[in-house]
This record gives sequence, structure tokens and C-alpha cells, in this order.
Amino acid sequence: MNRDSNLYTFLFATIMVFVIAIVLAYTSQSLKVLQKENVRKEKMQNILSTVGVITNREGAEELFDKYIEEQLAVQNNGSIDPTIDVFNDIKLVFELKKSPKDQDFPLYVANIESEKYYIIPIRGNGLWNAIYGYISIKEDLNTVKGVVFDHVGETAGLGAEITQDWFKERFINEKLFDSDNNLIGIKVSKTNNDPNNSDKNDHEVDAISGATITGDGVTDMIKERLEHYIPYFNTLRSNKIALN
Amino acid sequence: MSNTNRTLLSDPMDDNNPITVQVLGICSALAITVQLKAALVMSISVMAVMAASNVIISMLRDLIPNRIRIIVQLVVVASLVALVDQVLRAYAYDVSKELSIFIGLIITNCIVMGRLEAFALGNGVWRSFLDGIGNAAGYGFILILVAFFRELLGSGNLLGYQVIPDFVYEMGYENNGLMLLSPMALITVGIIIWIQRSRNRKLIEN
Repeated sequence: MNRDSNLYTFLFATIMVFVIAIVLAYTSQSLKVLQKENVRKEKMQNILSTVGVITNREGAEELFDKYIEEQLAVQNNGSIDPTIDVFNDIKLVFELKKSPKDQDFPLYVANIESEKYYIIPIRGNGLWNAIYGYISIKEDLNTVKGVVFDHVGETAGLGAEITQDWFKERFINEKLFDSDNNLIGIKVSKTNNDPNNSDKNDHEVDAISGATITGDGVTDMIKERLEHYIPYFNTLRSNKIALN
Repeated sequence: MSNTNRTLLSDPMDDNNPITVQVLGICSALAITVQLKAALVMSISVMAVMAASNVIISMLRDLIPNRIRIIVQLVVVASLVALVDQVLRAYAYDVSKELSIFIGLIITNCIVMGRLEAFALGNGVWRSFLDGIGNAAGYGFILILVAFFRELLGSGNLLGYQVIPDFVYEMGYENNGLMLLSPMALITVGIIIWIQRSRNRKLIEN
């Protein structure tokens, strides 16, 4: 057959597209289980790492069951919806597209050696794509126990450095609320007067050079997400006072 | 291995290096040379994609209709990249996260399409395979060289481990933050080209 004829060209293209579609669909389907498992275990690993439990991916599931004692779907008015499977069914990607009054706000409660921690998933925008992570708060509902950040496509060596330990460590023991329980958040600041981060009450940590927009994204996502938990935290606070 | 086949491997390392002589694939050389590890994995991934796509195109070279040959090449490269991405995500999850979007960007690497068009369409399968390996090695060599200096001078690390001892910092040494930004990658490549040309007189135009 003439290689330059229209019919040949058309046939070649059709066959090529079919063959490649089959190969790609087959690979994608056969690797899907492994890929999903990686993502699920990494999520457990991330949640645990904010409360100081460091584990590899294989050991994550066991420790997650051991330390996470409650998984709550907090509603905008501060109540809890007990019908929702928090870990598997609430995806922040989709929640963020809804208006706040329709969202479910996931909250994990960890109990480690009788210390209670509240872990909140966070998500926002970096420079190129989404950034996300978890922030854990001590029982006083104010002091940060630990954070973990991750990103979809920030610049390697710049914005992508938010995943590094030295950056995450800056958030430890920072305060989220002022003395009147107003949410201030933690600002990733370029004009921080406290580069050694010795003042833990200034609501500021040092930014990364060359990663301004990613840093602003971190500031914004912490504040935006935390805001929705205030009604629930107020209930917890008043319960506590009542108990005392 | 015959002499001509050997030059297919050795030429791209020096006389005909894809980055420093042909000035192809510069974009990724700027983007992923901040850390040595990312540069290493990128080099290996590019090598796999180039060798495989060169072989496939070479096998099909008598069947591919001339008018849509660029499209065919693009489809082959894109599918191979999608395969590499899927496999990494299942078996090397951490590495795949580290490289994130750059795996997908192999498709846009001019070297891959350039070698398909210039070599694989006109040569046998074995020679095309060697050409793919050789050019990917030449690309990877420069990538790793640039990443070595950028990570060492920019963050004081190599492969993520600290190599500049603490007492040097105590004496007042500072990491050069500029090395982490893209312009310094371009300048580093420029310095490599300068050194290469001063040693290899063949490359100097009249």
C-alpha cells in the first residue's frame, strides 16, 4: 500500500491510537491498587508525624489504629456528624469547592501517652498548584504540636522546601490564638524580627527566600482552615470550664 | 562493538553534547538541577524514555506515514512518559513525588524528539538504541555536573546529606542562596561550555 495515501495514513493513526489506549489503560488499571495503597498509607504517615510519631509507610496503619482514637466530621455550626467515614470519605479537594456551610471539616483526635492532640487537615494554593498538610494542636487548643506540609508542584529547592524538617520545626510551639481566643494564625513572614524563632507568641515564622508565594499560601491555608473549627473549639472550651 | 557504534555512545558525551553543543534540553537543565537526587532520577528516566522511543520509532520507520511522523513520535514519547510515571507512582512513590511535574515534562524535552527525527527514523534498531542511550547519558552527565555544584554551593549538601562541616559555617561561611535560583544554572552551564571549548578546539567556530 502507498505509504503516502490518505487511506494508509488514516488506518495507521487509527491502529496506533487503539494499541496505545489498550497499553495505557491496562497499565493504569493493574497498578491502581498499589498506587492507592501508597496514597492511603502516606496519609496515615502524615497525620501521625504531626504528633511526633515517625514511622515508615509499612508500619503506618498499625500505629494509626493505635494512636488515633477519634475521627470527627465537624460541621460549620460546631456540631459533629457521626454518620461520615472521615478518613476515606472527606476529601479536602472537593470540600473546598463547596460553600463553608455545606462542608464537612475533618478532625482527628490522637491520644499519645494520655496527652490529647487535635489534628486538622489543611489545604490551599501555592505558586503552581495546591499545597496541603496537617497541623496538630495541643489540648490547650492554642499551641501547635507539629505540622506537616506537602505540595503538588512547587519549585524544587524553593517552594518545595516547605516539606523539609527545618521549616516544619519553626511552627512547633507557636500559638494560633491571642489571649482573648481570637484566631491570629501563624504568618510565614519575610519581615520577621525573630530569625531564631525564640519568641513563640509572635504568631510569625521565618519565610524561605525565593518562595514568597508558597509561604503566603501556607499562612493563608492555616488561617482559612482553622477558622471553621472555632465553633467546635468554643464548645470544647466551655465544656472544659464546666468540668472544672 | 564496532567503531562507528562506539562513537554513537561517545560523541554525545563531548563533541556533540545535547546540552553544551546542541543547546537542547536547557529548560529541564535549569529546572531540576537544584538537588543531585532529582537530577539523577531525571537522567535515568530520560534514558529509559529515549532508548525505548528510539527503538520503537526505528522498528516502525518503514511503516510510519511521512505526513504524520511528528505526531506519531509525539504519541510514542507521551505514552512512554505516562508509563514511566505510572510505574514510579506504584513502585517508587517517594521519588515520583519528588520529581512531580518534571516527569511529565520529559515529553517536552527537545532532545527526545530531536533524536527520533534526526536519527531513529533513518537507522537500524540497535544503532538507534545506542544513540538514545548515548544522548541521554550526555544530557544526564551535564545535569548531574550542574546539580553537583548547585547543591554543594547552594545548600551545603550532596544527595541531601550535609557535606560542608559545621565548623566551616562557624568560621563565617554562608551557603550561596543564588545558586538555588535558575539564573545560576544557566551561568553554570555557561561555565561548563567555556571550559569544554577551551579544551576541545574542534568546537570553536571561525
